[in-house]
Amino acid sequence: MGVKLLLEHDHVEGIRYYDTYRKNGGYRAAEKALKMAPADIVEEVKKSGLRGRGGAGFPTGLKWSFLAKPEGVPRHIVCNADESEPGTFKDRYLMEFIPHLLIEGLLVSSFALGSNATYIYIRGEYAWIVDILNQAIAEAKNNGWLGKNIKGTGFDCEIYVHRGAGAYICGEETALLESLEGKRGNPRLKPPFPAVQGVWMRPTVVNNVETIASVVPIINIGGDEYAKIGIGKSTGTKLMSACGNINKPGVYEIDMTISVEEFIFSDEYCGGIKNGKKLKACIPGGSSVPILPANLLLKTAKGETRLMNYESMSDGGFVSGSMIGSGGFEVFDEDQCIVRHTMTLARFYNHESCGQCSPCREGTGWMYKILKNLEYGKGKMSDIDLLWDIQRKIEGNTICPLGDAAAWPVAAAIRHFRDEFEWHIKNPEESQKRNFGLAHYADPIHVAASV
Amino acid sequence: MSEGTPKFKVTVDNITIEVPPGTTILNAARMIGGDVCPPAMCYYSKLKDSGGKCRTCLVEVSKGSEKDPRPMPKLVASCRTTVMDGMEVKNLTSEKVVDARKGVVEFLLLNHPLDCPVCDQAGECDLQNLSYEHGTEGTRYEFKRRTFEKEDIGPYISLHMTRCIMCFRCVFAADQLTEKREHGIMERGDHAQISTYLNKALDHDFIGNVIDVCPVGALTDRTFRFKNRVWFTKPLDAHRDCPKCSGKVRLWTRGEEVFRVTARKDQWGEVEEFICNDCRFHKKEKKDWVIEGPSIIQRSSVISQGHYVGTKKTPVLIDKVIGKEPLHLLNIHDVSDVNRPDIDLSKIEGPAHSDDFNTDHHVSTGLKKWTDNK
Ligand SMILES: Cc1cc2nc3c(=O)[nH]c(=O)nc-3n(C[C@H](O)[C@H](O)[C@H](O)COP(=O)(O)O)c2cc1C
Ligand code: SF4
Ligand code: SF4
Ligand code: FES
Repeated sequence: MGVKLLLEHDHVEGIRYYDTYRKNGGYRAAEKALKMAPADIVEEVKKSGLRGRGGAGFPTGLKWSFLAKPEGVPRHIVCNADESEPGTFKDRYLMEFIPHLLIEGLLVSSFALGSNATYIYIRGEYAWIVDILNQAIAEAKNNGWLGKNIKGTGFDCEIYVHRGAGAYICGEETALLESLEGKRGNPRLKPPFPAVQGVWMRPTVVNNVETIASVVPIINIGGDEYAKIGIGKSTGTKLMSACGNINKPGVYEIDMTISVEEFIFSDEYCGGIKNGKKLKACIPGGSSVPILPANLLLKTAKGETRLMNYESMSDGGFVSGSMIGSGGFEVFDEDQCIVRHTMTLARFYNHESCGQCSPCREGTGWMYKILKNLEYGKGKMSDIDLLWDIQRKIEGNTICPLGDAAAWPVAAAIRHFRDEFEWHIKNPEESQKRNFGLAHYADPIHVAASV
Repeated sequence: MSEGTPKFKVTVDNITIEVPPGTTILNAARMIGGDVCPPAMCYYSKLKDSGGKCRTCLVEVSKGSEKDPRPMPKLVASCRTTVMDGMEVKNLTSEKVVDARKGVVEFLLLNHPLDCPVCDQAGECDLQNLSYEHGTEGTRYEFKRRTFEKEDIGPYISLHMTRCIMCFRCVFAADQLTEKREHGIMERGDHAQISTYLNKALDHDFIGNVIDVCPVGALTDRTFRFKNRVWFTKPLDAHRDCPKCSGKVRLWTRGEEVFRVTARKDQWGEVEEFICNDCRFHKKEKKDWVIEGPSIIQRSSVISQGHYVGTKKTPVLIDKVIGKEPLHLLNIHDVSDVNRPDIDLSKIEGPAHSDDFNTDHHVSTGLKKWTDNK
């Protein structure tokens, strides 16, 4: 069994409620933190090496230290609970089952950074979780953890839950802030960064639910101890939401030393591929990150075992690697069609583009239409190169990373599964009846490809 | 700027200039002037927060600054990126930029109806100019283009959403020039549209300016609709004593007739001073105005084909920069099938007519009117 810091008590009956949470060691971190100097809390988080769990993996302590502190201007923490990345459902699990972990984390973070009004921006479709969070906030308040002069420290803090209205783009931090302000959720141009001008032009830190929750164990065991768990710059534990053709889909807490193979095949985690099928491909970190064929997933191009952490997962760059991203781990068996899957993702990004900048607004729709032709047997060989050219012209040229997120899956699918696209084009009728199959994707890597 | 103000040195395509801190790359390039300037389809210096959206102005920053010479990893929107001291920028000299810009033009035209033959904006359309200068011939798009119903938003303004490039300029203009914004963006992605909430008529003294800020033919003047091609009209600068605005306008005339009134635009296609609806829609007679004289028109503009005096040649720097003549800066008088270089248009009174070009005698002096040749 790996270390459990976040989900240690997730199966305790009634852990959703204050009393049980408290009895199981809850609010110890808050007790401890309220006696610390705010700067020392930031220091502990820095020492912990915690990296943002929302997708980009930016060091949290560093982000906190960038927060501007002009005299007389309120600062805010905004918790990003918009979780809309296809394949990602770890924040939902956390908030639904252990809401107090998030509330406690938010209290500690708010105290550390001096946020008297803290917000949880939650995905609109998580309607029932809003009630769970509001109940937890009310319980915390009744027990003196929120409100005025918390536990006699003189620190005031309120947490407000704000519901989104069903737009993936509102998970992008600046679009989220716009939406929180009551405006259309269009991403802002950066700079200025939220740390300087965030919500209502005030300095703001935006952090993912899991990031905030991780602050609790960091305070409990200390930054140094936390940093000892994991490997390299991938410290602590990470929640993975595993789905697809596996025996045991669900949310798992891993310490980042285990191998991808262990994660997929061991009974402790995904329990292997369903129905005795073979592994074909996997998207390891949410729909935006590059898809990898089985051979490159289990081993890096150099032939080393690939591990479930930030560095190892991105080993080889986008040529032969991927990203841990938001932890949405999607597994595909030999019966799955990559062309169809890529089309589905393209449709998603087309639907979710905010439409502000031309490459993303127009390019995402174009890619979807071409992929639809390919999938339904109406494609041409030249379409593959065209797709490649379109994604290339979107990537890096847009306001926010949604453009990149739309381009990467298409690029990776063509890079690793070009033969499958070609087969679709050459066999338009057959491709409507059966899938391409496994080809060589599950073969061991023969030569270490030059990277 | 006073003497003591610090200045930042910035180099755009090998031309160095000193600018005050806080200047954007685009504005620095505009200070250099001429054709080294990146095209801007959404940025509008008079509208706060505009820019950053269309991505036509992308440039490569090959050196961040004197202090931190690292290049920027991605192309940046020059309209929203401020210069640093010692920054080096590549615009036309960067293959990456030229390639990305081609892509952006293709994206902007992807769903565009290309209905220029029936569009009132033709001839003064930024998208036409952009495609001509930075785009590629033909399209690789093989699908149905997105369509919208044409909509009249109020008595003066007509909205062809199919032509819109989502630059947001009209939204900023409506927001910043009028006290109550009733027009904005609905939906998202490639189905996003400019509209008024519940088809409300736009009714405000300054709302007419959305027509001028629109770079394409999405917002056009209903009082001018289908009356004439802009290149058949003659622009004159004029003013009147207006209680609401500066009263400084451009009249688009033919003989004694005033077809349309717009604000005056500068060389970057931006309005110099916003004008009120009275001046724009209700003063359509020459006697309403004090005529100052013919407007200065860029020689490269198709409008200059019927315009005879005071055309202005954009300074050409590009040959120094990339060693070749730019497309867009051609002199329409030199290349048009209709125009003949030996005919001095500025000497013909009134609008030119095809007979002016079809006959051999007299016209080379240009002094005779076409009717005299009959
Ligand atoms: C299109 C898009 C969608 C995003 N959606 C989410 C999301 O649902 N949840 C999240 O935590 N971060 C999301 N992010 C990342 C956020 O912009 C931001 O990086 C993150 O909230 C920072 O928190 P962290 O440092 O704790 O990871 C998204 C980013 C993009 C570009
Ligand atoms: S990249 Fe896409 S989602 Fe992001 S700002 Fe541009 S159009 Fe909107
Ligand atoms: S209507 Fe015109 S000004 Fe408004 S967003 Fe569209 S193109 Fe821009
Ligand atoms: S002018 Fe700079 S992005 Fe449009």
